Amino acid sequence: MRFPRAALLPSLIASLLTIAACSKSAPTAPAAVASGDKDISGAGSTFFYPIASKWADTYKKETGTGLNYQSIGSGGGIKQIKSKTVTFGASDKPLSVEELNEAGLIQFPAIIGGVIPVVNLEGVTPGQLVLDGKTLAAIFVGNIKKWDDAAIKALNPDVKLPSADIAIVHRSDGSGTTFLFTDYLSKVDDNWKAKVGANSAVEWPAGIGAKGNEGVAGVVKQTAASIGYVEYAYAKQNAMSHVRMSNKAGKIVEPGIASFQAAAANADWAAAPGMNLVLTNAEGDASWPITGAVFVFFHKQPEKPENLASAIKFFDWAYAKGSAEAIALDYVPMPEAVTTLVRQLWKDSLKDSAGQPLYR
Amino acid sequence: MNQVASVATPAPANSITASALRRHTLWDAVLKHGTRSAAITVLLLLGGVIATLVQGSWLSLSTFGPGFLTTEKWNPVSEEFGALAPIYGTLLTSLIAMLIGIPISIGIAIFLTELCPPRLKRAISTAIELLAGIPSIIYGIWGLFVLAPFLQAHVQPLMIEAFAGVPLLGGLFAGPPYGIGIFTAGIILSIMVLPYITSVTRDVFETVPPTLKESAYALGCTTWEVVRKIVLPFTSTGVIGGIMLGLGRALGETMAVTFVIGNAHKIAGSILAPGTTISASIANEFTEAETALYTSSLISLGLLLFLITFTVLAIARLMLLRLQRQAGK
Repeated sequence: MRFPRAALLPSLIASLLTIAACSKSAPTAPAAVASGDKDISGAGSTFFYPIASKWADTYKKETGTGLNYQSIGSGGGIKQIKSKTVTFGASDKPLSVEELNEAGLIQFPAIIGGVIPVVNLEGVTPGQLVLDGKTLAAIFVGNIKKWDDAAIKALNPDVKLPSADIAIVHRSDGSGTTFLFTDYLSKVDDNWKAKVGANSAVEWPAGIGAKGNEGVAGVVKQTAASIGYVEYAYAKQNAMSHVRMSNKAGKIVEPGIASFQAAAANADWAAAPGMNLVLTNAEGDASWPITGAVFVFFHKQPEKPENLASAIKFFDWAYAKGSAEAIALDYVPMPEAVTTLVRQLWKDSLKDSAGQPLYR
Repeated sequence: MNQVASVATPAPANSITASALRRHTLWDAVLKHGTRSAAITVLLLLGGVIATLVQGSWLSLSTFGPGFLTTEKWNPVSEEFGALAPIYGTLLTSLIAMLIGIPISIGIAIFLTELCPPRLKRAISTAIELLAGIPSIIYGIWGLFVLAPFLQAHVQPLMIEAFAGVPLLGGLFAGPPYGIGIFTAGIILSIMVLPYITSVTRDVFETVPPTLKESAYALGCTTWEVVRKIVLPFTSTGVIGGIMLGLGRALGETMAVTFVIGNAHKIAGSILAPGTTISASIANEFTEAETALYTSSLISLGLLLFLITFTVLAIARLMLLRLQRQAGK
């Protein structure tokens, strides 16, 4: 049993530093006068927080407009935008068209991320193990109990698998990561769909719950023969032993920016009403199957159009100039085709009190 | 003392004028009403908290009825919620914490008051008070990264092996050794309640009149006999009060428990299995509870915890009151 401090601590410290740095720079924002724009307020997804604060930092330097983003969780973000206390909300889970219309909202994807199954198996190197959706579902539902089960062996004829009990690790807190993971399992496995379903928190049939991505990463690292799921950035930064997945097309794919972007590009956003599209189990040979986007919500007819106008400017800027920073933080920027669609959506549906479009 | 005396002397009684008297009366009135409203604020706050909890949990309590207390199911997808698993986890972790914490705390208190050399006494007392000052998140991180792997590798396999096949106990210690679970949470809690129980019991042990103890020693009692027959009977209510304070702390502890309990809404027979507590469930799930019923069920859990800790603390107050009356005799 090796102690994972060495790998975890630097990332913990790094994230603490980022938070400290951001909280220092974000609230001191009287310089907004320079551009005449109001500071932007947003709330929601914790997954969106690191890139939102990075963008906010750069955007403030370039334009003088600050962004105050509270990472209170996706559910909280939806509540806040519905009660109009923030200019935009952000969630890992899209709203249905009915919900959007009821609240007078539009939604659009801002950034893409992926969820990676990670394992701790002696003698198995990162990326060596291959799983498909059905097997993953059977493991997490508790039907496959041992690592040398025939189903896992069939996918990994060359890997020496131990005859150990599988220790399952899942998120204990409600999270968009869990939503994407369970949504994928529900799409590929009817038994999972019937027994567990898809949500940001579910009734787990088996396993230990750990708090946050860092909690799951920590427990997986120190529990022998365990499997869990974390966001891509955590798997990468902690050098965890990730699993390659067999996708919908039956091709084995490696998680990474290319395969996440493939999933986003292959999705037919134009045909999805209200851009309500979860990218899991996407078509395409190169698509990573557990991919998802962060959705941002705007009010169609905001009470303060000038606030929304500056929020639109921010996201317009993020689409145009934020890609390098996103990639540096292991996020995936939206493909060009999708941002064109989003900009068209802004033009068509966001109006000020005089009925004039807020984005041109 | 000296300072008070020197302030009082230069103002002789005959120098008080009518205006000074009025001023004094006014200030007294201000003090009286000011402090009274400060005290009333506490009652209003408490009342407000209870009212909000009841209002917030109304939806869930009216939907599930008394079944909320007896259902193990906690399914956010189908929106069926029951509090049995968190209640079970809360009570069981606290029980383990008390089973480990009480003997050690009382042992420390006896050593400090009866046997310890004065110099060491100060060092140990300070160390125990520092233990109380460590933030619970630190206990959580320590539990997850240090204690849990240690238990998993060295303690739990031995426990599982030792009790395997023994009826009843075998089930209690069954397991794969995850390192994380109800047992680990109980151990962390026992460390966290140590300073509370120790400092209260130490203080009440010191209220034992020296003459009593000296008489016993003069009759030829050993230290053990003095502790067993004089100190403990004299202070029993106070000791129980201290234990109740510790129990109150253990019941409500959130962060440290969340890290090491495994957060599974399940009642497993084994204490090595993952479970959950009321406060851990709330902390984990509140931010992402999207539907009204889900939120309301979490608030109902809060109300339950409030009732449980309130009962425990009320019992503690009663015990301490009885002690004070006894000491005043």
